[in-house]
Amino acid sequence: MSSSMIIGQYIPGNSVVHRLDPRSKIAMIFFFVVIVFFANSVLSYGVLTLFAIGSAVATRIPIRYIVKGLKPVWFLIAFTFLLHLIVTKEGEVLTTILGWELYKGALIQGAAISLRFFLLIMVTSLLTLTTTPIEITDAIEQLLGPLKKVRFPVHELALMMSISLRFIPTLMQETEKISKAQASRGVDFRTGSFKDRIKAVVPLLVPLFVSAFKRAEELAMAMEARGYKGGEGRTKLRELQIGRTDYYIYILFVLVVVGLFLTRN
Amino acid sequence: MKSISREIDLSSRGGNLVSVSQIEFRNVSFRYQEDMPWVLKNVSFSISENEWVAIIGHNGSGKSTIAKLMNGLLFPQEGEIVVDGQKVAAETVWSVRKSVGMVFQNPDNQFVGTTVRDDVAFGMENHGMPRPLMLERIEESLSAVGMSDYERQEPHRLSGGQKQRVAIASVLAVSPKYMILDEATAMLDPQGRKEILSTMLDVQEQRNLSLITITHDLHEVVQAERVLVMNEGEVWLEGTPRDIFAKKEQLTEIGLDTPFVTKLADELKSAGVDLSREPLNHQELLEELWTYHSKK
Repeated sequence: MSSSMIIGQYIPGNSVVHRLDPRSKIAMIFFFVVIVFFANSVLSYGVLTLFAIGSAVATRIPIRYIVKGLKPVWFLIAFTFLLHLIVTKEGEVLTTILGWELYKGALIQGAAISLRFFLLIMVTSLLTLTTTPIEITDAIEQLLGPLKKVRFPVHELALMMSISLRFIPTLMQETEKISKAQASRGVDFRTGSFKDRIKAVVPLLVPLFVSAFKRAEELAMAMEARGYKGGEGRTKLRELQIGRTDYYIYILFVLVVVGLFLTRN
Repeated sequence: MKSISREIDLSSRGGNLVSVSQIEFRNVSFRYQEDMPWVLKNVSFSISENEWVAIIGHNGSGKSTIAKLMNGLLFPQEGEIVVDGQKVAAETVWSVRKSVGMVFQNPDNQFVGTTVRDDVAFGMENHGMPRPLMLERIEESLSAVGMSDYERQEPHRLSGGQKQRVAIASVLAVSPKYMILDEATAMLDPQGRKEILSTMLDVQEQRNLSLITITHDLHEVVQAERVLVMNEGEVWLEGTPRDIFAKKEQLTEIGLDTPFVTKLADELKSAGVDLSREPLNHQELLEELWTYHSKK
């Protein structure tokens, strides 16, 4: 288990998208999320879809991973579509099925909303597919930097995130160890009613929590011994750099935005 | 302002303004809480430059407390601890921690970074070192502990011994004068212990560094130049490993085990084989035995 464990859905690679500065990626996704709501014509949706699919292709990640990332939301997309078909009553009636009328407006609106949804999920999952969690953490720390002025604990937040990332595999290994130890003492995790199985989790969680607190205490001690005194006066090894590729991609993105506004109704 | 208070502080000690590189405990007493018994009672000793000192003692003898006092994780109620002429106090603690590095027992719970290089960098980041220097030091200290090939590895893919070597590397990266290993091998398998011990020997040879090993492991004790035996909060015995192990009965009395070779030598003595000196390892015992007849 431990050797193949990947935190999040990051797929290693060396594509243009992988090499982009994580801050650029986050910022562009943020803007993309906003401009998706400005699309209102077939062509403008086309521009956005082209951008999203183009980005996906540029990551050079096998399509199955991207589809897998969308899996949990297929249902939501389908549900939104159906809901629109039922609720919206605009435009001309196309057909009548068993006394229920299907409006043209409903079809258009349902398709549009579902497409929006699809685009949003796809583009954001491209971020997590091509960026390591620690890069995302660094980017968030930098992007939230200005909030330090209003005493928002940006550095602490980022440190918390990176320590959590560091300890996820450790705690997972520990969970496995404890569950084996408890199973050897006769705890049954797999059979029985739902209630029984929930009860069986208790002897797993209690030792896990106890040890997590112990770890936290020791880690704090070790950090202090190594001179940790908060974010002030601290330098950083991991460096984010906006390169030439980033600027090219910005230009491309601006073109997409311009394209979108030209093709709007 | 700070320098004035330092001056007063120094003059109050009778003006012994010596800038020697050493850690000195002066009549240190410590307890965790007011109503609890003293963990350390009037302890005094010093550790000088480039020395390898082992501190041994059974559980609760106060040896780990000594480690924590040395780099200001705890402060004594009575007496004082002086590191390189600087009294360990709340104001000096950051510079003290820069010169006194520490490796703890649990390999997992002191690994802060998400990768090996991030972890080695952590201490340097805290001390505000510039990035180019960090990159240089990372390479240097990882090669000193033989972990250069693992620079981008994540901690959960390393063995306990490898993690402890990384911990040593991260202490070295800050280039301290003293390195405390607080039972750093206690949670490792024999292979891991061997790794750490040979790393310690290498480091001691290559660097200008005092090693303070707090340990149960007798192999580590044998390597040291000087041994402090702690018992019930007091320095109970002090001497070279050879001196210490010669006092076998007394060690057993306070619950410490002696190495197998020492025990064997003792048995031989009681059987009438008179060895000329107390052997510390198999090699020395062998030497004693095969030269035994010619010496007679």
